[in-house]
Amino acid sequence: MGSGRLYAAVAAGGFRRYATYRAATVAGVFTNTVFGVILVYTYLALWHEKPHLGGYDQAQAVTYVWLGQCLYATLAIQGGGAEKDLMERIRTGEIAVDLYRPADLQLWWLAGDVGRALFQMLGRGVVPFVFGAVFFPMALPTDVTPWAAFLVTLLLAAVVSFALRYLAALSVFWLMDGMGVNQVLMVTGIFFSGMVLPLNAFPGALGEVVRVLPWAAQIQMPADVLMGETDPLGAFAFQAAWAVALLAAGRLLQSAATRRVVVQGG
Amino acid sequence: MAERGALAEGLRAYRLIAGMWIRSSMTYRTSFVVTVLGNLTVTGLDFVGILLMFSQVDALGGWSLPEVAFLYGLSVTSFGIADLALGSMDVLGARMRDGSFDTLLVRPAPVLAQVGADRFALRRLGRITQGAVVLGWALASVDVDWSASKVLLVPVMVVSGAAIFSAVFVAGAAFQIYAQDAAEVQNAFTYGGTTLLQYPPTVFGRDLVRGVTFMLPLAFVNWVPAAHVLGRPYPVGLPGWAAFASPLVAVACCALAGLAWRTGLRSYRSTGS
Repeated sequence: MGSGRLYAAVAAGGFRRYATYRAATVAGVFTNTVFGVILVYTYLALWHEKPHLGGYDQAQAVTYVWLGQCLYATLAIQGGGAEKDLMERIRTGEIAVDLYRPADLQLWWLAGDVGRALFQMLGRGVVPFVFGAVFFPMALPTDVTPWAAFLVTLLLAAVVSFALRYLAALSVFWLMDGMGVNQVLMVTGIFFSGMVLPLNAFPGALGEVVRVLPWAAQIQMPADVLMGETDPLGAFAFQAAWAVALLAAGRLLQSAATRRVVVQGG
Repeated sequence: MAERGALAEGLRAYRLIAGMWIRSSMTYRTSFVVTVLGNLTVTGLDFVGILLMFSQVDALGGWSLPEVAFLYGLSVTSFGIADLALGSMDVLGARMRDGSFDTLLVRPAPVLAQVGADRFALRRLGRITQGAVVLGWALASVDVDWSASKVLLVPVMVVSGAAIFSAVFVAGAAFQIYAQDAAEVQNAFTYGGTTLLQYPPTVFGRDLVRGVTFMLPLAFVNWVPAAHVLGRPYPVGLPGWAAFASPLVAVACCALAGLAWRTGLRSYRSTGS
């Protein structure tokens, strides 16, 4: 079996696994829609008070809200993707089995997480986004090109998101318990991805900083590319640079972990 | 008399089970302190978001920062109390799936008390602390001509709000009996509710405000009584006495939630596993 087919099979497995829980998916769609409605009204009030905040008009701010709700589960912004299972396998020692497999550990988990992300996007993300587009004024392009560029940024965003969470999961090799790391993932994910407020609306120096951190690749970049607020090639380069850097860091940490750490047993 | 006996028994069972979970979480003290701090940070992010908004504007929906902080403090503190008391109820669906819910049914203690105290998490004090700090700051900085009734209304709001949110949690648990996998729907009303109430009613659409006043009366947690304290017009033009109706609304909500819980419990069917 070619290695490409192997990882495709792992990705398909990730997709199917999440597709099993239909009622949970419907519940998630409902919850994301309710939160979207609440956020839209607060953003509309903010943009009414200060038009063109962060270079967005009201319709763009609304689009950003619904895109955020669409990508919240897709990119596991507050955690809860592949890293959760990986942490548990490290904690219980089952990771030893994964290390025996004739497959690359990082690519294996990346493939599974991309499968999960694809399902969360189709099953859970699209409906709130369409709901938003139907009931609120949104700034969506009518051209095909921005949509195509948007899909590329989504794929890159998924890789960056995975790479961040993979790093966090590997720390469990030393920490033995993922609870604290999960909380850090949650706080940084929600804040630096721009779930609280679009990163371009952050004030002053704080804004300058958050816009170059890897989390900016997750919602801000896809949003800006979709709405034509930034050059797509620049966005791709930014996301790809972070993806490569974080995946490389993951590989380094992974080799350190597998060389020095004794697997949990019992 | 029998009712009172059942209530006392329920509270006693709740206290014993919660005490057990507290002792178990205290085994790892460092971990406990870290998770309280983490809880405090996560819940504080909402307020950081509000502060970031106010770094760009002076008012939101016509309300100033201290006024919004007043709403925020009331919403988060009362929600935090309900969350501490009953927040672990979202594991109910999982308990039904794996069959461990059946064990609770045969124990000689009220099921609601057992479910409510299940995995009682003292780390949720983090949210209450954070809400109370913001509320304290807001009370010190809002421009209000304090009268005895306004002062009294603040603790009344916190207690009634906690009761209203508790009713939402119990109703959500009853709903989980029918829709086991769909536990997340509850989050839209609990977490969604407390998020909604952090912002002034003037921000939201008229129909949404009507809905959370008359259908799911979350507006009585803070919007209506806080409007009285701050001397602002009531949402959806309610009469003057509505500001003092929160305790009545809370009692009605709890009664309805209790009814829903009993109905749900009666229709429960074990998975058999």
